[in-house]
Amino acid sequence: MKNIWNFFKGTLTLTARGSTAYYCWVGALLLFMAVGAIAYVVQLKEGLIVTNMRDQVSWGFYISNFTFLVGVAAAAVLLVIPAYVYNWKPIKEIAILGELLAVSAIIMCLLFVTVDIGRPDRFWHLIPFVGLLNFPQSLLAWDVVVLNVYLILNLTIAVYYLYNLYYKREPNKKFTTPLLLFSIPAAISIHTVTAFLYNGLGARPFWNASILAPRFLASAFCSGPAFMILVFLLVRKYTRFQIKDEAVQKIAELIAYAMFINLFLLGAEIFKEYYTGSVHLAPMKYLLQGLHGHSALVPWIWTAMIFNFVAFLIFLIPETRRNNTTLIIGCVLIFVGVYIEKGMGLVLPGFIPDVLHEIYEYVPTGIEMLLALGIWATGLFVFTMLLRVAIPILNGDFHVADDGVGSYIGDQMFFIKKGSKEAPQEKQSLSMVSAED
Amino acid sequence: MSCKSGCDKHVLQKSRRKVLKGLAAGVAALALPAPNASASIWDAFFQEHFRELDKEGLQKVIARLEEQYSKEYGKQVNVKATPPIEGVRFGYGLDLSRCVGCRRCVYGCVQENNQSRSPQIHWIKVLQLEKEKGVYLDVAEHYYNPSEVPEKGHFYMPVQCQQCENPPCTKVCPVQATWPEKDGIVVVDYNWCIGCRYCMAACPYGARHFNWTKASLPAEEMNPDTHYLGNRPRPSGVVEKCTFCIQRTREKPGRYPACEEVCPVGARKFGNLLDPKSEMRYLIENKRVFLFKEDLNTQPKFFYFY
Repeated sequence: MKNIWNFFKGTLTLTARGSTAYYCWVGALLLFMAVGAIAYVVQLKEGLIVTNMRDQVSWGFYISNFTFLVGVAAAAVLLVIPAYVYNWKPIKEIAILGELLAVSAIIMCLLFVTVDIGRPDRFWHLIPFVGLLNFPQSLLAWDVVVLNVYLILNLTIAVYYLYNLYYKREPNKKFTTPLLLFSIPAAISIHTVTAFLYNGLGARPFWNASILAPRFLASAFCSGPAFMILVFLLVRKYTRFQIKDEAVQKIAELIAYAMFINLFLLGAEIFKEYYTGSVHLAPMKYLLQGLHGHSALVPWIWTAMIFNFVAFLIFLIPETRRNNTTLIIGCVLIFVGVYIEKGMGLVLPGFIPDVLHEIYEYVPTGIEMLLALGIWATGLFVFTMLLRVAIPILNGDFHVADDGVGSYIGDQMFFIKKGSKEAPQEKQSLSMVSAED
Repeated sequence: MSCKSGCDKHVLQKSRRKVLKGLAAGVAALALPAPNASASIWDAFFQEHFRELDKEGLQKVIARLEEQYSKEYGKQVNVKATPPIEGVRFGYGLDLSRCVGCRRCVYGCVQENNQSRSPQIHWIKVLQLEKEKGVYLDVAEHYYNPSEVPEKGHFYMPVQCQQCENPPCTKVCPVQATWPEKDGIVVVDYNWCIGCRYCMAACPYGARHFNWTKASLPAEEMNPDTHYLGNRPRPSGVVEKCTFCIQRTREKPGRYPACEEVCPVGARKFGNLLDPKSEMRYLIENKRVFLFKEDLNTQPKFFYFY
């Protein structure tokens, strides 16, 4: 117990230290979080009327973000599989970063659902045995269960692993390996269940296609790893952590396969709707061409399609995949492309036209965007804090001090400019921190 | 949803919830300076699901709500919890050839059922369709506003909750806040709904409506004869829907739903589907019947005649 407390105290000390760049970054995130919190207070006071959602389009920007982020969270599995199933070392070293991203993404998912519901004060109705969770009938009940299981699972693995490294112990494989293996189906399940949540509604032909869950997974395996690559490149450049090129390359290769499947499935869906030409074509037409003069989503979806296709080519051609500049461009294109396609591009056509074929064009309000910004800032804040602790531990720069009580903090800066060799003054800044700090 | 497997579970959950409630009440008593002043707030917060309330619990809840509404609207408000009548399953009929699209049913419903006046919530929507194309929703006009109805070449199709036998909306609710009653009416417990709006996504008829903000309901227009599962004032952030005027139709003697009563051309019919001698049964057996979105297998108890 005491060890846990000392570890916790050490992490607090550690996260409070860093370079000016680190402080600026964290400060900016905290500022955006505060803005988001204010927006939420306004929404709580006035009701969801401060959003542009109405009876015709009853889910909007919040649920779009939620759907996209479930995919990002699920994508951690793309690191776990090569690392632990195939025991591939270069990725094994960084798989834990994927789990931390999953934790951060799930926290954002839960926040997005919370701000979307009309009565957050009644959240306890969802708690099994305390409230009345409609399990197994409601897919939303399934989602509540799998998302929380996945969060706890990843948090347990990561914290257990880091905690042991901190105390210079070898993590017990008999404990971690089964959990890691279980995290693979768990990751697939969170995204499958989220897809089924839409998929099972006969009232919404745009979602009522069996291709939806496979498409969800394919696009998730693009966006999540793309974000991971960006994080790896940043971490490699601005912290002391080393990440091998072959690991990044392997992930980029996997993204190329996933994007191919994603584009193929999309094509299959477009063919089916257009060739059949039934009344169920309307939402697809609204998305791609506009319907009865309403075309708010059209420029967005075509931007997404072009982004995804260009990124696919970048990741497919070995030269551009290996070039850092084009690799970064590809990752950004994929992240933005999938964000549009799996976010608003998926949710809104379910409601436009609505079940009685009324067209209500939805654009999020300022409050919705500020609140979403606040949640993204919260997620990035959580991720930054997790990395601030995890990276020094993995580097051996943060561990228990020789007295067995205090912490040794070897990395005072976290964000550094690496270009000009290892700065010598950093070595001097190594210091011992007593537990009393 | 049936009670076949669920009842024992509910009892268990109930006792567990009481433990939680006790704990929280204890914490609250410690933390709050005036526990008396906030008692009703805590009662509301911890109120159980309608179907889990015992007789005494239900009476307490109703007394609390009646007091709250009476105070808010400055008149004696009655909240009933009349149960379904044995041997009754309600059905509704609408004669498309008679409807003239006057929307009296829409506003009659708003008055009877205490819907929000601003923003306006309508449980009934009347679609203006083209006679040439039939029930082709792509050309439906939702906000038609000519000086006189009916307009040439058009017919009118009112849409409201179809009280499905196989309701997609109740299935998806994550907290069982909505369910079909024994008399076939699909109801919502406004004090249990968490406002996730999944049911609105699932309903093929656009019959569910959300309180995007606190409903505005002028006290002088408020109908004080209410039912817990029906037309009592709704809080912000919950879903509501047509209940076949549960506060009228379940009474003995029963009254027709407000929309049926107000219809000037007799296009609306209502009755007990289980009674072989009812008007509804006669119409179903002798008229041409059209079920809206029949292919979705929702099995509406709302029958269109043409």
